[in-house]
Amino acid sequence: MTNLKRLKGFIKKEFIHIFRDKRTMVILFGMPIVQILLFGFAITNEIQEARIAILDMAKDPVSEELSQKIMSSGYFHLQATLQHPRQIEEVFKRGEVKQVIVFPHDLDRKLEKEHRAVIQLIADASDPNTGTSLMNYTSSIIRSFQQEKNQTTSQPYQLVPEVQMRYNPELKGVYMFVPGLITIILMLVSAMMTSITITREKELGTMEVLLASPMKPGLIIIAKVIPYIFLSFINALMILFLGKFVFGVPIKGSLVLLLGESLLFILTALSLGIFISTKTQSQQVALMVSLMGLMLPVIILSGFIFPIENMPFFLQLLSNIIPAKWFIIIVKGIMLKGAGMELLWKESLILLGFTAFFILLSIKNFKTRLA
Amino acid sequence: MRTIFFLLEKEFKQIFRNKGMLPILFVMPFVQLLVLANAATFEIQNLRLWLVDQDHSSFSRRVSGKFEASPYFRTVGNSSHIPAGEEALLTEQADLVLVIPKGFEKELSQEHNSDVQVVINAIDGMKGGLANGYAQAVLADFRKELLQENPSGSLSAVKQFSVQYANWYNEEMDYLTFMVPGILVLLVTMIGAFLSSMNIVREKEIGTIEQLNVTPIKKYQFIIGKLLPFWIIGLAMLAVGLLLAKLIYQTPMIGSLWALFGFAAVYLLVVLGFGLLISTTTDTQQQAMFISWFFLVIFILLSGLFTAVENMPPWAQVVTYLNPVRYFIEVTRMIMLKGAGFEEIRFHFTVISGFAIVFNGWAIWQYRKTV
Repeated sequence: MTNLKRLKGFIKKEFIHIFRDKRTMVILFGMPIVQILLFGFAITNEIQEARIAILDMAKDPVSEELSQKIMSSGYFHLQATLQHPRQIEEVFKRGEVKQVIVFPHDLDRKLEKEHRAVIQLIADASDPNTGTSLMNYTSSIIRSFQQEKNQTTSQPYQLVPEVQMRYNPELKGVYMFVPGLITIILMLVSAMMTSITITREKELGTMEVLLASPMKPGLIIIAKVIPYIFLSFINALMILFLGKFVFGVPIKGSLVLLLGESLLFILTALSLGIFISTKTQSQQVALMVSLMGLMLPVIILSGFIFPIENMPFFLQLLSNIIPAKWFIIIVKGIMLKGAGMELLWKESLILLGFTAFFILLSIKNFKTRLA
Repeated sequence: MRTIFFLLEKEFKQIFRNKGMLPILFVMPFVQLLVLANAATFEIQNLRLWLVDQDHSSFSRRVSGKFEASPYFRTVGNSSHIPAGEEALLTEQADLVLVIPKGFEKELSQEHNSDVQVVINAIDGMKGGLANGYAQAVLADFRKELLQENPSGSLSAVKQFSVQYANWYNEEMDYLTFMVPGILVLLVTMIGAFLSSMNIVREKEIGTIEQLNVTPIKKYQFIIGKLLPFWIIGLAMLAVGLLLAKLIYQTPMIGSLWALFGFAAVYLLVVLGFGLLISTTTDTQQQAMFISWFFLVIFILLSGLFTAVENMPPWAQVVTYLNPVRYFIEVTRMIMLKGAGFEEIRFHFTVISGFAIVFNGWAIWQYRKTV
């Protein structure tokens, strides 16, 4: 009973500690909102208004029609009309365009006579990812143009696939990024907050005071962490709310399950934070570890932006130890596919495992430190 | 001058005696550079295909054989019923399902017309779009084969465009040559910004700033003494990183190395000035960390490295002009891959110099030798 009362007192102290620092409060709640709004609108891999140039050496009806079709697709913006192949190098070097489409001489005539004409696509492949997408978009437009051109002649072996874009029929980029952003923000905020709060007490020397109190060390840590669980959970709620009502990302599965899994992930991140803090002596080191050590690996290896299946095998293996990866799978599953626990139990167990692992390691470190 | 020298000595001593910090500064960035660059690709290969063959004919086997032979697809399973395919899609075992309906061969050879169904997991819109494009290309290829086997005269009537691709500046579409310099830029930026943003505020929090304030050190000497060590570390990191990139990944260096380092020298001033500004405006390391984290996540995700600037909506593209990281990423690409020199990067140079003056001026103005 006394223990419980003490715990209550401790938690209250921590809450007061956090809430009286108004600046941190603003940062804590303001920043995730700004980030999700900014990124939700700005980060996308959809090609739109990509700057291209056209070198039309044919200048005949076919080339004009095709240029028009390409430009009206909405993916491209005609930055320059070139007159001579020499200019290709110039526009690329100045970084003005990402792709040049070249129509050769006599496009029209060749198509009529030889039924075959060559169109050249030149990409600025110094950014290969964008280069490939632009090429793909352009060739599919050319393909559909070709189909239109041939509609008058009877065509044998028509093989028209019926394509269904499941879970994200409009191919919205935001469907991919909102789950990723929730994960990144929860991961970094929770891990950073806890790692710094404990090392701070160490650095300022107040940890000794706490340890000298009749509270058990484990309870002290729990008391320190509970307010952050609460704060992170509010953050998660806000982000989900924005995702749904601002960006229209559906929550097809159970909201309760989604919140439960969020809580689990927050616990994982917090326990990682505690682990970092038991390993470091100063706030500076704790911060550098959680910022430098977590930021890029979490962004790159979690499947947030880059599909994990494309990575080299050893990185696919490595991605398994990034808790964020599992949470992203869970969030996408619940929100976009309407998956339930029967499909996500494995990922949930893995997160639970990570949490237990970090907590065990922390307890071990913590005890040796006291001895 | 002597004063600055002593301050420098003090700062360097502080950095090097902090044993927890050394690996974070000198090992972690390079490990991340070498490992993470491999992960950052949108090159889509090995899309996992689930085949639902309800026809079991020679045609259907040929179609599946063509998918198997394509470098973009890898068959992970098959069934004769659609629900099993749906299940595979839901459980993330497959990226797309190809359904070849009963009577496929018969219809195709008699009526010259048949449907197949392609169901794609499109949560990642870009990947979904590419999967669709590749699947269509394989089917078109199959159709071409059929036409060639049965030249009933109609083949010659079909007008065809063949598309020729050229990838300039990066012929093999090697994303590593693009990613390695980019990630190096991010790491240098993070180290510079985090270190400088936590520096002065640390002295504030521990209380040593008052000791420094009562010394006859001038404001500018103090600031230079704080910044110069990080500036040197940043440039050294860049040099080592470039060397590693060259040795391990054969990253090209076509343009002027001087131009690159000249730009980097000014760029680091921007990063450090930015960190300094954060450091002088905050009270605790926790606040400083949150603010620098907030801005760095924005800088990184809007830098054009992971998602191209061209794909962003127009207002966001304007916002990226305020992002120093964007300029450096562009400059590394221009110099290393396209062979630009001082001449071509003049615009970037001017802007970044402006940033340097603004941030450092602001930070010095903010820092008052009072408490």
